[in-house]
Amino acid sequence: MDYLENIESLAYFSPEILLVVFAAAVIILDLVVKNRESEKVAYLALVGLGCSLVAIIITHSALGTNESKNLFWGMIRLDGFAVFFKVLLLLATAATILFSIRSEELDVRLKGEYYALLLAVTFGMFLMASATNLLMIFIALETVSLTSYILAGFLTHSPRSSEAAFKYITYGAVASGTMLFGLSLIFGMAGTGDLTTIGQQLPAVLASGEVTALGVLIAITFILAGIGYKIASVPFHMWSPDVYEGAPIPITAFLSVASKAAGFALFLRFFFSGFGNSEVMQSIDLGLLLAIISALTMTIGNLAALPQQNVKRLLAYSSIAHGGYLLMGAVLLTNGDAAIVNKGIGAILFYLVIYFFMNLGAFYVVVLIANEAGTEMVEGYRGLSSRAPLVAGAMAVFLFALTGIPPLAGFFGKWVLFTAVIEGNLYWLAFVGLLNSVVSLYYYARIVKAMYLESAEDTDSFSFSKGTFALLTVFVVPTLLIGLLNIFYSLSEKITLQ
Amino acid sequence: MLLSLMIFVPLLGMIVVLLLPRESEELIKRVTLLFTLIPLLLAVVLFISYDRSTAGTQYFVSVPWIETFNINYHIGIDGLSVTLILLTALLGPICVLASWRNIEKGIKAYMALFLLLETGMLGFFAALDLFLFFVFFELTLLPMYFLIGVWGGPRREYAAIKFFLYTLFGSVLMLVAIIAVYLNSNVINGIAAGARTFDIPTLIERAATEGHALADRTFQIWVFLGFFIGFAVKVPIFPFHTWLPDAHVEAPTAISVILAGVLLKMGTYGLVRINMDMLPEGMAFFTKVTEETGLWGYSLALLGFINIVYGSFCALAQTDFKKLVAYSSIGHMGFVILGLAAGNEVGVTGAILQMFNHGVISAMLFLLVGVLYDRAHHREINGFGGLGNRMPIYTGITTLAFMASLGLPGLSGFIGEAFSLLGAYERFPTLAILSTIGIVVGAAYFLWTLQRVFLGTLNPKYEALPEINKREILTLVPLGILTIVLGIWPHFAIEMFSESVVELTTKIMGTLQANL
Repeated sequence: MDYLENIESLAYFSPEILLVVFAAAVIILDLVVKNRESEKVAYLALVGLGCSLVAIIITHSALGTNESKNLFWGMIRLDGFAVFFKVLLLLATAATILFSIRSEELDVRLKGEYYALLLAVTFGMFLMASATNLLMIFIALETVSLTSYILAGFLTHSPRSSEAAFKYITYGAVASGTMLFGLSLIFGMAGTGDLTTIGQQLPAVLASGEVTALGVLIAITFILAGIGYKIASVPFHMWSPDVYEGAPIPITAFLSVASKAAGFALFLRFFFSGFGNSEVMQSIDLGLLLAIISALTMTIGNLAALPQQNVKRLLAYSSIAHGGYLLMGAVLLTNGDAAIVNKGIGAILFYLVIYFFMNLGAFYVVVLIANEAGTEMVEGYRGLSSRAPLVAGAMAVFLFALTGIPPLAGFFGKWVLFTAVIEGNLYWLAFVGLLNSVVSLYYYARIVKAMYLESAEDTDSFSFSKGTFALLTVFVVPTLLIGLLNIFYSLSEKITLQ
Repeated sequence: MLLSLMIFVPLLGMIVVLLLPRESEELIKRVTLLFTLIPLLLAVVLFISYDRSTAGTQYFVSVPWIETFNINYHIGIDGLSVTLILLTALLGPICVLASWRNIEKGIKAYMALFLLLETGMLGFFAALDLFLFFVFFELTLLPMYFLIGVWGGPRREYAAIKFFLYTLFGSVLMLVAIIAVYLNSNVINGIAAGARTFDIPTLIERAATEGHALADRTFQIWVFLGFFIGFAVKVPIFPFHTWLPDAHVEAPTAISVILAGVLLKMGTYGLVRINMDMLPEGMAFFTKVTEETGLWGYSLALLGFINIVYGSFCALAQTDFKKLVAYSSIGHMGFVILGLAAGNEVGVTGAILQMFNHGVISAMLFLLVGVLYDRAHHREINGFGGLGNRMPIYTGITTLAFMASLGLPGLSGFIGEAFSLLGAYERFPTLAILSTIGIVVGAAYFLWTLQRVFLGTLNPKYEALPEINKREILTLVPLGILTIVLGIWPHFAIEMFSESVVELTTKIMGTLQANL
């Protein structure tokens, strides 16, 4: 394995560097701008994201497809997988900034910090998607966590928001502490922090009998606490409904999509590179553990969503459930057949893209309704079909896509995922997943019911700007079309881990 | 091309309707009518030009769709599907006419959803790719949910979500079965060779190949169950039927017509197309009593029998006119199941005839209930009486529909039921004989209803009840003519699918023989 040294690495690290530079620039601009209502800082942050995107594309094309480079003496790796996640995360951040501009709940005095923190958290997530060293993994995770705590508590006037931040920190601290312990165990067993080397060393160490499979399993379970907390999987999900409910809506959207995607990136890379050798995976019997976690995550997420009256909280539970569906793909990492492992990874990536559009879209509608109706409760959606027909239609599309009703994209995402799972011979898991989809219909349909089947006491129609509809279209069109076009399937197949 | 055009013309109509201004309601209705008449015209062309002398699919089109999974846009028709397509296309404009006056709010959204529903139904009957088949199957769910939920009766929300949940539950089991079929579609003697496929004709062929994973008995039994539950919810077969009375009672008239006329047939069509044609070994397990199968061998016929008797007795107990018709539907669909369970030529011919005839007759019945409800604003059977004098034309048509439904010889309902029973008698004599109870009870509740609604003294409240109008008659006449024509000359329909049925039943009977 050849590594690039620090100075050489910088050129390939330009997307991340640009994010940091622009984060600083946003803070400085905020000091200069006098008009508090001005959106200049937000647009500067968007420009930063744009520059970073260009840098990603340039570095990626300089790299060539199916090539990878180990940067900073093997701390992080730049490959197609990392690029995929970086683009996804970047777009999620861009969407969050656009939501934030339109959201009325944010404190205008704190704009500079807000957008700078968003760029910083994106930076951390970039690292999560590409870290290949135990130390780097931990640093990346903490960068994301610490910034997320502040963002979750950003509504300084709202006690709920402060409570959210506090809960987030408490859970986060415990989870990352546990994870650090697990990482140190792995380090002790393999004698190195480099994931690829760990992958080569572990089978030998296991074979020599110095370390038992149980020991590895324990270490991995500790590490799962940290990762599970990021992707909100059972039993580390408890923080998420409270945090999602209390945080500003754009941040909730961001956490439910970007944070989860970054968590999965880390998860996949960690297990694939570190334990990619399926002998190790099978000797420690991780597959069953992951399958049970996956089944519990989706079931608990869906059942808890059923009685929710607050749409934000409902979507929080729904995103826990979606984490469970995604975990089904992760279970396949333990499969002995490399083709099936790749299918599992491909299915997760494909689902994440679709989830990105349908979930962010749904949250955008929540932002809009919170602005106009001043509520996040399901009652606020009553009669929306007559008050704002286009927004209601879009929301119905997102919700049914989340349920997985064809011909919407969510169905095709689930289709790819379930096909992979069944191919891995996990029929029972697929059954659990599919029955969960049926359960989820009930609570998604409750919102649709409120919008279409019930009428509001207040019948004034809402008016939205053209920009709002344009942004909504950006989410609706892919939710309608992604599944129907072959090109997206072949694209997701091309991205694999090595 | 003709077939694709027919499927997607309603979808185009939906887009046109959505672009029309909300206020011009008359225009919206006319445009919708036009876009449902075009598929009818095309369906009639297909029906006439269909080559009756072969069993194979015709008019097929196959275009790659999602190549990564080898999914194709593959459609085509055989005798069975062309019959049901004709039924669907015929009920389309009738339903639009039936919705002309009694949909008060949001006519634009209603018509748009209706057109989407029609595309889903037509596509389903034409699909020859398993994935496409599933997508069209599910495509009918969303419009149906809204059509019942927004435009339905007082308990519409409950009925709509119940319908949706039940069907979705069935279809996820079906989805697992579809994935299992797909993953095993290229495995011969335990070795994967070649590309996987969703192509239904190819799958049917492979399922009949010795040593192919799809031909494996145990595999077929499990997959059969997955598909069966999916379709059973739709038919509906006891014990998955409880959504049906709720949905029917709450749905607006036209939607009840579509529900009874077409959506229920989607279930039985699926049973024929997938469970019988693709999974004959599974079919044999559930329809033939041997030492290995034991009582399972009775299961399908028994379910048919339960549907017939249970549905009929439930209908007898109803005092709500629409609920009575809904339960009678459950009973009549039982004959389809019984005929299919028989698996012989007579039985399957009867079952398919019954599908078509029940589509026509139940559509008439629901339209008639709607006519009465629009005038009296209730459906309580005991609340009427003596309407025969007040509304002679209406009474006449209703009597025709009742007689057809209870199986009076000379009208279409009789032929299907008689053939189904005849077929079943060869295989399950006891159950066939017991099933005739259903016919007797059927006669009882229809005649009793006739007596309570139309005979006796006129309820003074309804002295001014207006007679059925021309538009309503227009919706009923084509259906009425069909019941008479098919009653006298059933060959008109039978010749469409007789070749397909012969091929299918030869295979089924062959499998049954091999399993002796």
